[in-house]
This record gives sequence, C-alpha cells and structure tokens, in this order.
Amino acid sequence: MTQPSSGGDVRLDRISKTYGSFTAVHPLDLHIPAGSFFALLGASGCGKTTTLRMIAGLEEPTTGTVRLAGKDITDLPPYKRPVNTVFQSYALFPHLDVYENVAFGLRRRGVTSVKKRVEEMLELVQLGDFARRRPQRLSGGQQQRVAVARALINHPQVLLLDEPLGALDLKLRRQMQLELGRIQAEVGITFVHVTHDQEEAMTMADTVAVMNGGRVEQLGAPADLYENPGTTFVANFLGTSNLIEAEITDKSGGDLVLTTAGGRLALPAGRCSAPVRTGGKLLVGVRPEKITLSHAEDAGTVPEGRNRISGRIAESSFLGVSTQYVVTAPGCPEFAVYEQNIERDPRLVPGAEVVLHWNPAHTFGLDAAQNIDAGTERDEEAV
Amino acid sequence: MATVTPDAPPADAPVQQAPVRRTAVRKRLVPYWLLLPGILWLLVFFAAPLVYQASTSVQTGSLEEGFKVTWHLQTYGDALSEYYPQFLRSVLYAATATVLCLLLGYPLAYLIAFRAGRWRNLLMVLVIAPFFTSFLIRTLAWKTILSDGGPVVGALGSLHVLDVTGYLEITAGQRVLATPLAVVCGLTYNFLPFMILPLYTSLERIDGRLHEAAGDLYARPVTTFRKVTFPLSMPGVVAGTLLTFIPASGDYINAELLGSTDQKMIGNVIQSQFLRVLDYPTAAALSFILMAAILAMVTVYIRKSGTEDLV
Repeated sequence: MTQPSSGGDVRLDRISKTYGSFTAVHPLDLHIPAGSFFALLGASGCGKTTTLRMIAGLEEPTTGTVRLAGKDITDLPPYKRPVNTVFQSYALFPHLDVYENVAFGLRRRGVTSVKKRVEEMLELVQLGDFARRRPQRLSGGQQQRVAVARALINHPQVLLLDEPLGALDLKLRRQMQLELGRIQAEVGITFVHVTHDQEEAMTMADTVAVMNGGRVEQLGAPADLYENPGTTFVANFLGTSNLIEAEITDKSGGDLVLTTAGGRLALPAGRCSAPVRTGGKLLVGVRPEKITLSHAEDAGTVPEGRNRISGRIAESSFLGVSTQYVVTAPGCPEFAVYEQNIERDPRLVPGAEVVLHWNPAHTFGLDAAQNIDAGTERDEEAV
Repeated sequence: MATVTPDAPPADAPVQQAPVRRTAVRKRLVPYWLLLPGILWLLVFFAAPLVYQASTSVQTGSLEEGFKVTWHLQTYGDALSEYYPQFLRSVLYAATATVLCLLLGYPLAYLIAFRAGRWRNLLMVLVIAPFFTSFLIRTLAWKTILSDGGPVVGALGSLHVLDVTGYLEITAGQRVLATPLAVVCGLTYNFLPFMILPLYTSLERIDGRLHEAAGDLYARPVTTFRKVTFPLSMPGVVAGTLLTFIPASGDYINAELLGSTDQKMIGNVIQSQFLRVLDYPTAAALSFILMAAILAMVTVYIRKSGTEDLV
C-alpha cells in the first residue's frame, strides 16, 4: 500500500485568465480544503479546465495567486509543483510500457528503487499483469487507470483530474467513479476533479463548484446545491427544475405568498435567494421528483397547505423505476414530473387533466432578472 | 454485400445471386489490380536493370570485341582492392554530412513543428525552396561561394579559421574549394531537406499534451526532450539519416564540382568507369559492392536504433 500522504489545501486568490479580449476565467476566489474531493462542474468553455491548468502550472494566470498548503506557487513551473494531473485523454507516453509510464515521475525525482512502489501502485489499480504492455494496447478503462497510477505514485499534495472519465462508456464510468472514490478515501490526497457531468460531480465530490461563463455560480455540498440552487443556471444544470414566473403578493408571514399564472403558491422566506419586496418578481422553482400527480377527479383529496397547480399531461415516458411526465400548466408549458412506480394510476395518460401538488418546503425562489433557460439544453443550443 | 435487401421481392433473390457472387470475386481481385502498376514499374525500372548489371559485373571483354559472361568474380576483388580508399572516403563523407544534417536539421524541424505557429507553412516552403533549382546549379553556386577570392574564404581566412581547419587537414592552405570541407559542405547543403522533412513529420505528430504530462511529472524541459520528444521522434531521425546517408554515399556531383582528385568518392569512380574508361564490368561490380555495403549498414543501423515497434 502507498503510505497515506496528507493532501494540501489549495487557495486561489483573485485568479483570472484572459486570452486577448476573451476572458476565460473572471477573478476568482476559491478555497479547496485539504483532503477533500472537490469538483469543478460546468459546460464546456466555462473556464473549469483553465482553472485546473492554472493550479497545475500549465497555464499562467493573468492575475491572482495560487497557494498550495499556504505556499505561493504561482510562479513555479509545473515540474516544481507537488501536484499531478490525470489528463483528459490520459497523455500516456506511447514509447514507454505501463511500468515505465508509472515510474516516470519517481525516476525524474531521482528515486532509485522504484520497483516496489510501481508494483504496489499497479496492484492498487489492478493492472499488475499489464506492466510490460504498451499503453496503446490497453482498453480505455485500463489506460485511465494507468493515468491515475502514474499521477498517484508521486504522492502529490493535490491530484488534478481533467474530465478523466469522459472517454469511457457509461458502465465503465460508473465503475471508475466508485474506484476513484475508493482510492481517494485510501490515500487521503486532495482531489480536484473537472467534469461537465453533473451526476458524476454529485456522486464523487464532497464539494462542488458550479462554473458558468468563467465564474463560480455556486459552491457547496452536492445535496445542498441540488436542494437550494441559487441561480437559474445551477437549478437547470444540476438536474432538472421547473421554473415559473411569480409575483410576491404577501411577505408578512413565514412563507411568502406568490401569485403565478397557475394560482397561488407558498415559498418559505428562507428558501428565496432573491431580494424580496411586495409586488416584486421572482422565479419560483420545484424539482420534478418532489411533485405528486393526482388526477383532476381526486383534486378534493389533496391535503391542505400544499402548493398546487392544475394542468394536462402532454407526454409520459415509462422508465422502469419511475415514470416521467410532461405536464402543460399555466405559466409553465413543460412541467416535468417524476413519479415513482409504486401504485400507478391508470388514468394518468396523455390528455388527462391533473393536479400537481407538493410540499411548499420544497419550493425555492430565484431572482427573476435571469435567463430562465440558463443551463438547459435549449440554452446551450442558443450559444 | 450478399444479403438481399428486405424490401426486394423474394422472387428476385435467385436471379440476383449470380451477379452478386461475381462482384465478390471481382472485389477480391481489386487489391491485385491496384498493385499491378507498382509491380510493373519495379520490374521494368528496378529488377531488370539490376539483373542486367549483375550479368555485366561477371562479364569480361572489351568494347571492341564485345563482353561475354565468363563468371569472372575476380572483378569484385580487384575493384574492392583498387578502390577501397574511395569507398571509405564515401562512407566517411556521407556519415559526416549526415551528422551535420541532423545537427542542423533537428533544431529547425523542432522549431517549425512546435514554435512556428502560423509561420509553419511558409517555413516549410522555404525548406523545400532549393528544390526549385536543379541539383547541379545549386552545387555550381557553391563553387562560386567557396571560390578562392570569395567571401567565405576571405572571412574564414581573416578569422584564422582556415589555419585550424588546415591543421585538421580538412582544408588546404588558404583554400576551401577542392578540399574535404567543401565536399562535405556541399553534401550537407544538398541533402539537408531530406533530413528536415521526415524529422518535421515525426515531430509534428507528437501530441503536445505529452510535453505537458512530462512537465507535470517533474521533468524539466531538457529532460522532457531527452525522455519524451527525442525518443518519439526516432522514426524521423532514422528515416532522415537514411534518406541523407544513402544518396550522399553514392553522390558524385559534389566531389566532382567542389573537390579535387583527392576527394573522389566511389560515385565518381563508378561514373568514370562507365563513361570514360568504359570498363563496364568493374563499374557494375563497384555498384553492387556499394549497394551491398549500404544494405548491410542500414540493416545494422535499423536493428540498433530499435524503432520497429514505435510506428
């Protein structure tokens, strides 16, 4: 086994990167705690890879500083930083076999007896039998593990992972996600993981920073980001959200009372990230799985105190564990609803009139001065 | 290919089968048809002359009485013992020129491949530009450049470089022309593009991320070059040195125009045996010895450089 090495924390202060007139990363402050599994999540071109490369030293920041375990490493060349990277397409050396690829970093630092450590590392990533193979003769998943081994063997204070699972198929990706999680827990190194896959970020990381347009939109634990998105981008990019335009009619109680095209809704005041004033506009959101779908005939059985909106089922797709409905409702033409397949109501077919209802505690409020489609596929196509 | 499309009426199936099978046969023959022009070319322009030369090398006779095949293998021994100095000189000059080409060409190819950016194509055109004039003209130009009263001799003379090179016996007196230096310079100049092109091709193919990966794994730039870039460019180094060394060792123009009788290479001997002395068997035997020698050296070289599995 590798000796547990303590990871270092990374602190970025006002770090930015511009290419000519294009700003890839806006001045950014970020603290990545030692030993954490930190994900930078965003669509392509959001600045997440540039941020990672600035930590690795492969990109020189235009402004700001990079600190590692308290030490300013902004001006250190990559080969002097106690940081290693797993590259997006692995960048394994094609002229060296697996063993020599893994030993590369140790040899460069003048370690003479690499044999034991290389063999242990290959054992850790379950590639002991492939030591003398050339990387191009390995499968994608095996190459990926060589790339991880090649970086980890150096006991870096921080391991940087640049879309490491992007080239793998879904099943292998799931397997490697667990594998990387296991390795991180075992070696205790700080992991900084760049990905565009929100599911991957949420399953693996303990802290996720959602990036958009060169800025961090929101940072937090995956569950926190999911339940309390602060912007429409986070609401849409991390899972799916139903967003409805609303006007604040009463803010006197603990819950805000909102008027939407579909009726009145309640929103706990603490779950609204936008400034609140009577008559002001808001975007009110709810996640699809929080919603219960009742047929219009059963509208009377919906308990009091729940938020409710009426609509008509436009589409339904059966996915095994759940059924996804698209409901046309006033103020939200494509209201997504995920229902667990426990007791299916045979009347819930396209064309049926339904009532959507949910616990107001699951409602969140966002600033209305934002693009309601930010972070959705529709938005990406527009770009 | 042999499957019938589902919407075709079933009645058509047996009728269609015959042409389908013929197409399959024709398809299998396609590669051979495509090979044919190349094979013909090789037979007519390579194999036939080779056989003809081989037979010439074991003939005896004279131009007046005619030549006959007498299996006189002694020609080979005589040719080798008489002209071995020119053989050795050819190998020495060609090897020196090859090393110089590599030393000059590698940095240039590296620069074009990794640092030239948008100037890349222009620089490549400049590398190839000398080919737009003939080999002979270019070499004659060097004769002018290196001439006794020319700028090169003047500069080297006043810097006392010629004293050093004279001491090393690669120049003679206050001259550059008609010395080994002139011939090697000519060879280096004329074959440099043959070195640069394959070097550039193999360097340009190297994934830039490998450099980043090496840096990330604690390799300084020099180490990155030694451990990653250079090994990966070995196919280009091997191809470039072969493309330079082989034609340079058989060259006679540079020695003819820039050298004196003391710089004659084996190419000059073969040329004069064929065209002036009219001793065809000796000329043919010399050609075969040169070919065999190059083949042997190249085989050893490729084995040693171990690049078979790199490509």
